[in-house]
Amino acid sequence: MKRIYMDNNATTAVRPEVMEAMLPFYKEHFGNPSSVHWAGRETGAALEAAREKVANLINCTPAEIVFTSCGSEGDNLAIKGVADVLRDRGNHIITTAVEHPAVLSTCEYLTKQGFEVTYLPVDGYGMLDVAALEAAITDKTILISVMWANNETGTLFPIEQIGAVARKHKICFHTDAVQAIGRVPVDVQAAQVDLLAISGHKIGAPKGVGALYVRKGVRLTPLIHGGHQERNRRAGTHNLPSIVGLGVACELAASDLKGAAQRLRQMRDRLERGLLAIPESQINGHPTERLPNTLNISFNYIEGEAVLLFLDMQGIAASSGSACMSDSFGQSHVIEAMGVDPMMANSAIRFGLGYDNTEADVDRVLEILPPIVKKLRDMSPFYHERDVTKATA
Amino acid sequence: MYSDKVIDHFTNPRNVGEIENADGVGEKVSSSCGDRMKVFLKVEDGVIKDIKFQTYGCGAAIASSSMMSELVIGKTLQEALDLTNDQVADALGGLPAPKLHCSNLAADALHEAIKNFQATTA
Ligand SMILES: Cc1ncc(COP(=O)(O)O)c(C=O)c1O
Ligand code: FES
Repeated sequence: MKRIYMDNNATTAVRPEVMEAMLPFYKEHFGNPSSVHWAGRETGAALEAAREKVANLINCTPAEIVFTSCGSEGDNLAIKGVADVLRDRGNHIITTAVEHPAVLSTCEYLTKQGFEVTYLPVDGYGMLDVAALEAAITDKTILISVMWANNETGTLFPIEQIGAVARKHKICFHTDAVQAIGRVPVDVQAAQVDLLAISGHKIGAPKGVGALYVRKGVRLTPLIHGGHQERNRRAGTHNLPSIVGLGVACELAASDLKGAAQRLRQMRDRLERGLLAIPESQINGHPTERLPNTLNISFNYIEGEAVLLFLDMQGIAASSGSACMSDSFGQSHVIEAMGVDPMMANSAIRFGLGYDNTEADVDRVLEILPPIVKKLRDMSPFYHERDVTKATA
Repeated sequence: MYSDKVIDHFTNPRNVGEIENADGVGEKVSSSCGDRMKVFLKVEDGVIKDIKFQTYGCGAAIASSSMMSELVIGKTLQEALDLTNDQVADALGGLPAPKLHCSNLAADALHEAIKNFQATTA
């Protein structure tokens, strides 16, 4: 059975070029980049070359890049780091209801430390109202943290407009760009962003490496105290092979940003059109302002986990918007914040296309999924009780 | 994470559907996840002659419905009333801890259908 991986918003395979670039740094080039001898000089140069590649992708200077262990660390360092430094100026943070837990849980933690957090709502497309964001600013506001692209729906926030508002009010602006990197153009100058978190494993680099962009002049309290690595912003001997991999992944992404996005969009759109032909299905997310690779779709009257299980048995890996598999039996906080009808929300399925997907993969999903939906609907009491006059609309 | 039995019953659920003019109909909605099961019974001489179900739920819920239907078909009403949720889960070769509540739907919906039968014939 052919296996098809369409869960690239969860993680991606390491790209072959990335893997190849990393391997020498496990064996031949093993030096600690902080050492002054030949072994350290070699790896020190590789570290700085990787930094430059990451900086190039987002249009900043290499000195503004701090390597981290993951996207979550970047979000934590940005939010806690700024909150600690600016604590005397104010205790108010603005974020959104649909952030990744790396941001939401960090904000909840800060609430216990005396900070106040505003969670901005989103509309039915998962979109944010910039006027509402500006209206939420008080003289106590020290940080705005708004994600670039949503991991569940792919909805893209108007980051440039938010950046302009933050700059106008002289408030530090952090964005979690973990899903946006490599999929849409990300330019920290155009967007007037002060802090931006990246994760390697969403763009074909390994798991367990990331970077935080820290605009020159922005001060942060480190999360990890120790040696002088990363200009005292993040202690710990560098995970050099992974950092080299992150650099190459960023270089690859920058070299084909438009082309890759176009290929992904074409496949995603075909998948979307084909699946929307199933009656009473709907897209969760913005119709146009959306990552080119992401499709979050619901099929009324059935449950997402059952759909995923059938897909999995046919070798297709996708994921569920509902948290049914975890210990928390709620629906996704993102879909809930969008006000989606609960039964629709329960059937949300997310496809995240990636570099390795082909048109044939799309064909196969289009062949396999409609009969799964039919089978589960035939089993569902809600389907048999539905208001047929309404349902045919 | 699911046992082979769960996968089998989920892939080929037994007794899906509805019985027209059923002798007893019952349903149960899970308080933890909102999933729902509906059970239809045909009863003759105190024995479950036929059973059908409709389930809105996860893989574990569908497999539990199917397993429950197999366990009670041909059994007396008393035997069916004695069926517990744990027995359904055990017959499936166990369920992962976060999915244990899913098997609760099955025996509960069955018991509701039996009560409905008993109330209408009493
Ligand atoms: C939007 C977003 N932020 C943060 C993260 C966390 O990244 P990492 O897994 O590298 O910690 C993820 C990944 O799941 C994500 O999608
Ligand atoms: S999660 Fe609802 S029945 Fe399994």
